[in-house]
Amino acid sequence: MSLTKDRLVSPVLLAIACFSIAALFVIGLFIFVEGLPIMMKVGVWKFIGSTDWSPLEGKFGILAMIAGSLAVAAGTLVVAVPFGVGCAIYLSEFASKRAVTLIKPAVELLFAIPSVVYGFVGVLFIVPFVREYLGGAGHGFCILTASFVLGIRVLPVIVGISVDALQAVPKVYRDGSLALGATKWQTTTMVTLKAARSGILAGVILGMANVIGETMAVIMVIGNAVVMPNSPLDSVRTLTSNIALEMGYAEGAHRQALFATGVVLFIITMILNTLTRYVTRSRVRKKK
Amino acid sequence: MKIRVYQALLTFACVSLAIGIGGGCKRTGQQEERIRIVGSTSVFPFAEMLAEAYEETNPGVEVDVQAGGSTVGIVSVRDGICDIGTSSRELRDAEKHGVTIIEIARDGIAVIVHPSNKIDSLTKAQIRDIYAKKITNWKELGGDDASIAFVTREEGSGTRGAFDEIVMGEGTRISPSGLVQDSNGSIREAVATSPHAIGYISLALVNEKVRAIKVDGAAPTHENLAEGKYPVVRPFLFIVKGQAKGQVKEFIDFVLGPKGQEVLNKEGLLSPIVK
Repeated sequence: MSLTKDRLVSPVLLAIACFSIAALFVIGLFIFVEGLPIMMKVGVWKFIGSTDWSPLEGKFGILAMIAGSLAVAAGTLVVAVPFGVGCAIYLSEFASKRAVTLIKPAVELLFAIPSVVYGFVGVLFIVPFVREYLGGAGHGFCILTASFVLGIRVLPVIVGISVDALQAVPKVYRDGSLALGATKWQTTTMVTLKAARSGILAGVILGMANVIGETMAVIMVIGNAVVMPNSPLDSVRTLTSNIALEMGYAEGAHRQALFATGVVLFIITMILNTLTRYVTRSRVRKKK
Repeated sequence: MKIRVYQALLTFACVSLAIGIGGGCKRTGQQEERIRIVGSTSVFPFAEMLAEAYEETNPGVEVDVQAGGSTVGIVSVRDGICDIGTSSRELRDAEKHGVTIIEIARDGIAVIVHPSNKIDSLTKAQIRDIYAKKITNWKELGGDDASIAFVTREEGSGTRGAFDEIVMGEGTRISPSGLVQDSNGSIREAVATSPHAIGYISLALVNEKVRAIKVDGAAPTHENLAEGKYPVVRPFLFIVKGQAKGQVKEFIDFVLGPKGQEVLNKEGLLSPIVK
């Protein structure tokens, strides 16, 4: 009985694994089939190089949205990297065991909070705060607000991967450095951080991919104006919010153009994910 | 081993029971007549109330209402996916082919500002200039020295379509640098929390957190709407493929009749103009 079960386990699990690959393939194929024709019709360069998005008048240019997504991702990194890496260094190098058992689950719990709740908190507190004290063209609905909200949202990703990377640094490195007379902080910045560099970078890139894919929280706090970002206080629209905002009403070429927006998003996320894999692989190779 | 057998039997019993119940439902479901309504998110809450009222008096009929947007409603009814499509904007010429359009009510679009805003009245031309970004400061309109945050709906929305047609007119576009929100509710929220914002939403959804201003000197009251003094009014439409027949026709007659109109009037909508 148990032997036959054992023999069954492997093929069943293989089938499940194949299913997830098939899902990826089908989703990819679907977006490309739906989105590519309009891209070809408009012209790929015109589609990604024009800022004029008036789908009902047949003008499909998503440059403003690409720039918007990248601006939000960059802003988020400025907020999240110092906090995330700082937190990871504390947890891995300085914190007592008790502090770790308290802080680490709390940080991880941040990721369990639904995106829409982040958006809601952003609209209620951060948007009015930014509008009141900084002003700007977006009246609080701006890149800066989104960067704060998303910065907190991706903190767990960056902290989690960075802590793993730091803890993977062999203890002998630290011992050696300390034995040479370096202080704990010198050891951390000059030895441990350097050795864990690629792992931390992978965490940051993965965090960035997360930010670019984030939708609900962004829609609520960014204002969604279709303009090129000029200042952190401008309202912009991201690729994801463009799709989610207009999907409900779109038909015909407009709908296809939203799928084409998905194609661009898919490619950007793919590049970031591949980059993460590349960065971590080079780390593994070095270790050997 | 014995426990396993019991478990298996129990599971079997549960499953067959579930299938039995499911099958039973299906059979009674087929006897019941169903009217499928798809379309405008603005019409949706009212269509649901009408459906409820109709089901009360006609127990054999099930009216199924879904929201997807005016465009979706128009396309679905043409493709035969639903029996009635709803729209909160006039149909474009290309969309009118082969369908019957029935106006079931009229709805005012209120232009709203923050309650603290001094501005009490604007002309249609002024509102157009705000949304075209020709006027950018409340000072130019006699208000505070503060830049205007104008909030609009996304492309494709019926409310935006109607606002575009009535206020912006031919040749003037809503500036792309406006803030975009994807529902009446989120525009109301954005205006309620921003002292210098302006937005537009369905009149029936205005509450005490925002203030509806006068347009061309007329406040968005029922009297002004009925007398045609308030200029920003849009139709709520039912669309059927070809001519309405059978149960669908009966439902539409109910909506246009006194009982249906009573439901709509109670919610702040106006009856259609009898032609």
